Amino acid sequence: MTFFEGHLLSWIMAVPLIGALVIMMIRHQDSEIEARNIRSVALLTTLATFLLSIVLWTGFDSSTADFQFVERVNWFGAINYYVGVDGISMLFVVLTAFLMPIVVLAAYGSVERRVKEYMVAFLVLETLMVGVFASLDIFLFYVFFEGGLIPMYLLIGVWGGVNRIYAAFKFFLYTLLGSVLMLVAVLYMFVETGTTDIPLLMQAHFDPSVQTWLWLAFFASFAVKMPMWPVHTWLPDAHVQAPTGGSVILAGVLLKMGGYGFLRFSLPMFPDASQEFAWLVFGLSIVAVIYTSLVALVQEDVKKLIAYSSVAHMGFVTIGIFVLNTNGVEGAIFQMLSHGVVSGALFLCIGVIYDRLHTREISRYGGLAINMKVYATLFVIFSMASVGLPGTSGFVGEFLVLNGAYTYNSWVAFGAAFGVILGAAYMLYLVRRLVFGELDKDDVRAMPDLTLREKLFFLPLVAAVFWMGVYPNSFLDPIHVSVANLIDTKFPAAEAPMVDAPAETVTETETATEEASQPVHH
Amino acid sequence: MYKFIVFLPLIGFLITALWGRKIGERTSQLLTSSLVSVSAVLSWMAFVDVAFGHNQYSIHVLSWVTSGTLEFNWAFRIDTLTAVMLVVVNSVSALVHWYSMGYMHEDPDTPRFFSYLSLFTFAMLMLVTADNLVQMFFGWEGVGLASYLLIGFWFKKPSANAAAIKAFVVNRVGDFGFSLGIFAVFVLFGTVNFADIFANAGNYQEAKLVFLGQEYHALTVICLLLFVGAMGKSAQLGLHTWLPDAMEGPTPVSALIHAATMVTAGVFLVARFSPVFQYAPDALAVVTVVGAATAFFAATVGLVQNDIKRVIAYSTCSQLGYMFFALGVSAYGAAIFHLFTHAFFKALLFLGAGAVIHTMHHEQDMRKMGGVRKFAPLTFIFMTIGTLALTGFPFTAGFYSKDMILEAAYASHSFGSSFAYVLGVAAAFMTSFYSWRLAFMTFTGECRADEETQHHAHESPWIMLFPLAVLSVGAIAAGFVFAEYFVGHEREAFWNGSLVTFAGDVLDEAHHVSGAAKWAPTVMMVLGFLLAFQMYVRRTDIPAKVAETWDGLYAFLLNKWYFDELYNFLFVRPAFWLGRVFWKRGDEQTIDGFGPNGVSSAVAAIAARARKLQSGYVYHYAFAMIIGLALAITWFMAQSPAGTH
Repeated sequence: MTFFEGHLLSWIMAVPLIGALVIMMIRHQDSEIEARNIRSVALLTTLATFLLSIVLWTGFDSSTADFQFVERVNWFGAINYYVGVDGISMLFVVLTAFLMPIVVLAAYGSVERRVKEYMVAFLVLETLMVGVFASLDIFLFYVFFEGGLIPMYLLIGVWGGVNRIYAAFKFFLYTLLGSVLMLVAVLYMFVETGTTDIPLLMQAHFDPSVQTWLWLAFFASFAVKMPMWPVHTWLPDAHVQAPTGGSVILAGVLLKMGGYGFLRFSLPMFPDASQEFAWLVFGLSIVAVIYTSLVALVQEDVKKLIAYSSVAHMGFVTIGIFVLNTNGVEGAIFQMLSHGVVSGALFLCIGVIYDRLHTREISRYGGLAINMKVYATLFVIFSMASVGLPGTSGFVGEFLVLNGAYTYNSWVAFGAAFGVILGAAYMLYLVRRLVFGELDKDDVRAMPDLTLREKLFFLPLVAAVFWMGVYPNSFLDPIHVSVANLIDTKFPAAEAPMVDAPAETVTETETATEEASQPVHH
Repeated sequence: MYKFIVFLPLIGFLITALWGRKIGERTSQLLTSSLVSVSAVLSWMAFVDVAFGHNQYSIHVLSWVTSGTLEFNWAFRIDTLTAVMLVVVNSVSALVHWYSMGYMHEDPDTPRFFSYLSLFTFAMLMLVTADNLVQMFFGWEGVGLASYLLIGFWFKKPSANAAAIKAFVVNRVGDFGFSLGIFAVFVLFGTVNFADIFANAGNYQEAKLVFLGQEYHALTVICLLLFVGAMGKSAQLGLHTWLPDAMEGPTPVSALIHAATMVTAGVFLVARFSPVFQYAPDALAVVTVVGAATAFFAATVGLVQNDIKRVIAYSTCSQLGYMFFALGVSAYGAAIFHLFTHAFFKALLFLGAGAVIHTMHHEQDMRKMGGVRKFAPLTFIFMTIGTLALTGFPFTAGFYSKDMILEAAYASHSFGSSFAYVLGVAAAFMTSFYSWRLAFMTFTGECRADEETQHHAHESPWIMLFPLAVLSVGAIAAGFVFAEYFVGHEREAFWNGSLVTFAGDVLDEAHHVSGAAKWAPTVMMVLGFLLAFQMYVRRTDIPAKVAETWDGLYAFLLNKWYFDELYNFLFVRPAFWLGRVFWKRGDEQTIDGFGPNGVSSAVAAIAARARKLQSGYVYHYAFAMIIGLALAITWFMAQSPAGTH
């Protein structure tokens, strides 16, 4: 058991690979049975991984900012297989493992072609994604970070829509170009410090002028991944062409890598540059929030609309990260987790109707609340979570980010808060066109409501949305200490309030005012 | 007990939402209605305990969010202000639940309808019991959601969908201000919990706050931001446009949400924050002016509307204006008193209107009514009681509360109070006129409906009339029974610190204003009645002539001062236009054009040139080789050490 616990993270990464190997060996004359077996193995594998991630969560010690579940083996040269999680990364591992079984289940009905390759690609992708969040060696991180591109590229390119090749290339080139600059920066840091250890690099002090360049190099990579305006245009195309499962993982996990990267590298390693460039991030983020929300308003393709809304939501995340205070950073992490669940759910919702009607054009639908009652209810719930209604997961992150932003500078909160209005506008407009209205198209009327399988994969998502909304502390508790550590050690000044509060001490004023102005109660 | 009051409607909602179709229509209806009724009974018990037993409670339910120094919980704060709201919300909600059983009996979707009603009730209860700003915001948005769902209940109708979205989005504009207000409170006070905010408000009366690059008086900024939220929810001038459209929802919804409870949330918010507003006289002045302007504006529009529900909707808007300027002149007790009485008589009027619509088989246009008294005599009696209370007929509920507000405005010396008094008295005249116009057009004269409708017209069933009867009792008695406590000599003990004003309590002075000021609203009421009687009973040809003579003014009022057109022009169309420009010009032409597509086509162009070099002809390659060789030799020769020569 100790061996198991000592290597928990490795197990979480290994189990999907083992599953992938098993799947590759499955052969049967009847392709029907073969596909069924493959799906079952994939589902079991991902469920097992998810259970392991729960063990990770329950075994996680929330009272320390140190890395936990650490494993370290020399790989080659100065580079180690070095993994571990802290409060910032742990829940991302859980999120990844949580979404995978759902994605596999969603593929049951919609992927008929090359099932084996599809599942293998997803399982490999899972390993790589967990690796990104668990790596404590910057080189290892880079390998996982870039490696994830390949299965995703294949998923879009092979199982995608009509323009899949264009979208796949755009996705690959955009993200790769950003990453090349990061590689240069990584090499420079290795040469300077002689280590690729992330915890050691966090202690290193780079000269502010050097930090500027390193920060920009990392920014190029993470900004594309987020994606931030104006390097977001790969995302709508990638989403539109990707198969449903691909979209879920893309929105649910891959987009989080940018935000995670900022938190793991940019902030702790280049604190001066992070403060210096905060205005740039705010500018781009506020533009992203308003610009992409307006673009989402006029979309005719339902997947594009959700894709643009993702860009807007990620704008909140970048704002939260760079306000550099507790509320902002914790809110950003929470917003990423919430967005992973909610946008994943919304893409699954789209997948459900796409499987039935094979079109993404919004105007082809309408009146689904009549013949697909359960579906309509779920769609409205997830839309409300996307809009950030209190009580759902979307609210907590958004609220904390905006609160942190206001503490930093009211302009930032003011600009970003427009997204709250526009978000409601484009989302409700979508709901109206999709699920409300008359049911006047025959093929739409013929669409059946959710099957048991579909209900099954929506259920954990709905539960997560409400759990995160009503009792978010179970997700915030593991985050606190790590975030506090990051801010206290790197940005001690950022928490200082910017109001000139009464100069006198509190005890003094309390007694003074009690005597001075006597409120009349009536 | 308080947990039961709040969570019983939630249980009703969950059961009917999840298994509504399984347990059947009747069971769903009875279940939700019973649970809310139990809540209502408990609320009255709580009211007696809190308001007359002078108790206050603070109840912790569950922790919610902890992040840094920001911490807030799911918790209840029960004081007199909350207790009053509990009574209003649960009583009206219970009656509306029962009424809806009759009103909605033809609808195939009643479990959904009742689950929404219960959801609304739950959210509203969370709002009024909140012990911190964020839980209040939860309730605030929750009632917005329920309102959205109920306005769009008949989701096949495009107009209902449009109205639902409009309600939600316009409210979001208000919430934009509200949430900024919450952040500002946190920055200033370091907490969002009411108890701490109110205890420390005095310490910050001189504090400054930087907002959008400028330094302002902190408490004024906070109050104004919160007031923006209140304006959205309570449909005050500027953010009022959603309320009339919200009448697309079923009539019981209009009675519950858009008259008695949700729209008064803004009034509740300001009253709740009275300990802070007291330190922000500038903010109070804004509240006064906006409230008075709304009271006047909505009354003018109400004069000419022909849809029975819209007339009442504008009346609600106008009455909310009264409540706000009462708050603005620091007569918080009077504002809440009017909220309380208004809930009874306005719910009565709406449910009565619903009964009329039911009688006339879904007709809402008053021009196609008339003589309904014949078909529905009981409805006529109840509606008349409601009208009397609304117009402030002596000794009905409205008489006490509205007159109190006007007297307070007259007595007050704060900025805008005289403006409010004048507009308020003018609005009282118009209120009387449009209310009696509604009554006369609907109930008296010849019936203008077609034969078919007249043939089927009938009195509503007892399950609809019973709630009307109960509300009628409230519309008559709520005034003289409670006036002494809400605004009279007992008020200090009654409110027990839940509302705060400073020395020079305006209600004190209001009780001693001159006779003329006191009787002006009553005179206005009589004049309005007489004019309506003249125009709509005796000489029914006058209205058309008046409309013809002042056709410009008539069109201006009929089109609601062209607010919708203006907003459409200023906000809606530019948003779509910008969205399209950003998408096509921004993303596709500029970013993609210079970015990935530009790069790839540049690569392709360069590659095409490079390709030309590889012509495949041997002599081309031979030529290139010779040139290369020659260049290489030249280079070597030039490099060869000069010294060896």
